[in-house]
Amino acid sequence: MDLNYSSEEQSFRSEVREWIAGNLPDDIREKVQNYRGLSKEDYLRWHKILATKGWSVPHWPQEWGGTGWNITQRYIYDEEFALAGAPGLPPFGPAMCASVLLKFGTPAQKDQFLPRIREGDDFWVQGYSEPGAGSDLAALKMRAERVGDHYVINGQKIWTTLGHYGDWIFCLVRTDSQAEKRQEGISFILMDMTTPGITVRPLILMDGGHEVNEIFFDNVKVPAQNLVFEENKGWTVAKYLLGHERMGSGSVGASRRELAALRALAGRELKNGTPLLEDVRFKDKLSRVEIEIDALEITSMRFLDQMRRTGQPPGADVSMLKIRGTEVQQMITELAMQAAGPNAQPFKAVDNGSIDHFTSRLAPRYFNFRKASIYAGSNEIQRNIIAKMTLGL
Amino acid sequence: MNFDLAPEQQQLADSVSKYLANEYSFEKRKAIVHSDSGVSETVWQTFAEMGLTAMTLSEADDGFGGGAMDLMAVMESMGEALVVEPFLENVALAGRLVSRLGSAAQRAALLPGLIDGSARLAFASLEPGRRYALAPQASLAKAGPGGWVLNGHKCMVTGAASAHKLVVSALTPAGVSLFIVDAHAAGVTLNPSRTVDGFRVAEVTLSDVVLGSDAILGADGAALPFIEEAADFATALLCAEAIGAMKSANDATLEYMKQRKQFGVPIASFQVLQHRMVEMYISTEQARSMAILAASKVDGTSDAKERARAVSAAKIKIADAARQVSQESVQLHGGMGMTEELKVSHTFRRLTMIAQQWGDADHHLERYAALT
Repeated sequence: MDLNYSSEEQSFRSEVREWIAGNLPDDIREKVQNYRGLSKEDYLRWHKILATKGWSVPHWPQEWGGTGWNITQRYIYDEEFALAGAPGLPPFGPAMCASVLLKFGTPAQKDQFLPRIREGDDFWVQGYSEPGAGSDLAALKMRAERVGDHYVINGQKIWTTLGHYGDWIFCLVRTDSQAEKRQEGISFILMDMTTPGITVRPLILMDGGHEVNEIFFDNVKVPAQNLVFEENKGWTVAKYLLGHERMGSGSVGASRRELAALRALAGRELKNGTPLLEDVRFKDKLSRVEIEIDALEITSMRFLDQMRRTGQPPGADVSMLKIRGTEVQQMITELAMQAAGPNAQPFKAVDNGSIDHFTSRLAPRYFNFRKASIYAGSNEIQRNIIAKMTLGL
Repeated sequence: MNFDLAPEQQQLADSVSKYLANEYSFEKRKAIVHSDSGVSETVWQTFAEMGLTAMTLSEADDGFGGGAMDLMAVMESMGEALVVEPFLENVALAGRLVSRLGSAAQRAALLPGLIDGSARLAFASLEPGRRYALAPQASLAKAGPGGWVLNGHKCMVTGAASAHKLVVSALTPAGVSLFIVDAHAAGVTLNPSRTVDGFRVAEVTLSDVVLGSDAILGADGAALPFIEEAADFATALLCAEAIGAMKSANDATLEYMKQRKQFGVPIASFQVLQHRMVEMYISTEQARSMAILAASKVDGTSDAKERARAVSAAKIKIADAARQVSQESVQLHGGMGMTEELKVSHTFRRLTMIAQQWGDADHHLERYAALT
């Protein structure tokens, strides 16, 4: 047993670290570190910098522009991004839609979409959840009716992350409402968001931020060649995507960076003239979070090692990374808000006052991160998965 | 990076686990726990034959020169079987201190017997009213005619009654020192008792125990860093033992949930119980990661702070997980989990004591924070 990264892996880590240090624009780094949202332009600008380096889609097959890195290198790459405060590329295009196209797309679809995803020409978003279909995704109702060489789409999607930035959206739609099993009447389809009949409406969350949306589809005409895989076989596609790489869901790198910021904050905040960091009660909470991150890192490495040995994607119990990873993120945001004490109250930075932007975002960030245990398969759904697949319950 | 056991580690782990499955059943364990000595010479002899007592001793002492990593899987098996032999006290504490500090004559006198299983050791360290402190206060050694005179009071000395020699920590004018004391020497009184988790401990009273000048282990006044190292080494292995006990509790609980019916269905069908079982499983895996990290640090780093920090981190995680898993395993078994009859109640007791042994979560949180 050897818990250390090899010297090749360590020099790969240094290479990634140095490259990010030299190429991540200062304004983007500053936004990430101070909890300012990124604009669409920020995301695409960073995407294009990565594409120029050839690093925008490391996990793709090399013929399409992938880097040929192994699973450990990809993990290191993601971790270094998070540690540096470099925004990860939104997963919807490069990770999700592209994985589906690579597996199920026609040659024409691959040629049409993959190069533009790789280069960051289009911003992709995901249309899965509906008002009546959250954890129970197969209950989705949005209709797609075949009319000649088109589908006509009517219905609603919700919780569409960064939907207001979207150039393209991939959706699960119902193409057969008579199917014996609900899962058998679903299809996977791609839509240009400039198509008439699509309306995006913001959902403002309790932190005041706009990151999710409702999207309404009113007689939207989509060319039939935008159907991916077979009609009524969309559930197969969705399941493939769900089982896709979830190695990063422990968010170890991001949590380490946030913990360091929390430590710095607790070092500045004074309690009876002494840094909060020296307070025994606070210190114990901080220690327990740090130890959970240590454990999460080793557990992630154990999964990586298992994948290396078996050549297979991780089993269902990789869901534990999502559960503990999001719990850690939530603990850190909560402790950061508590560390700010009374200064956590202002909703916005106070001009010429003592409350800077960073401090004013601590409470809203705590509010915002309640989402982490809800999205991407709620933590309860993740427990169901482990119960069923790993424990045989 | 590689989490595989080496082939010889795997082989050893397999043979220990097979031996314990056949020869250390819950019923056989019960007989040992309730026997006069509370330990088994047969089991101990087998451990010696398998090389377990020699594993972490240096090759110069005819040991195998292994580390915590080499015993991790073995300890997991011992935890699963709830072995009550004082293995860590012999091998990771007293034996390790003799091996690392002893003169050639001391090592030659004690280690062959430890290796072949013919002589056992115990580590007399803790003192009444001093909780987990490793530095002695109530045990004093003074220079006497031809050597030392030892007075003091030790408690919770695991395996004292079955030991031939005790390794005793005491203060001399120079500082913390260690002495080798014959368990039956004049002035040594044992007051033995059984622990809630089936081990045998004793209070040890030392009154005017006369020792030769060759009884001191290592340099006068310089023992504390070695005691701390041995305690970290033993704690890392105790964490591995805890993983085995947690695995046993989880397996038993999962099995019980599938077979126990209420309201006409197996209780495994209730989601509220499924999720609690999943949490027990995740906590065990997270604890396992920390046990691996601790073992790798006690073997791999020469920096005492780094080692201590990793061991404390692991012990905190193990203490939290042991509490959760042991409590939930009883709860999910319902009334049956409360009974003496079921192994799960014994695993509960062992995990509860492991959580506190060599420092509870609060003790290690204090040490961890001081090292951060």
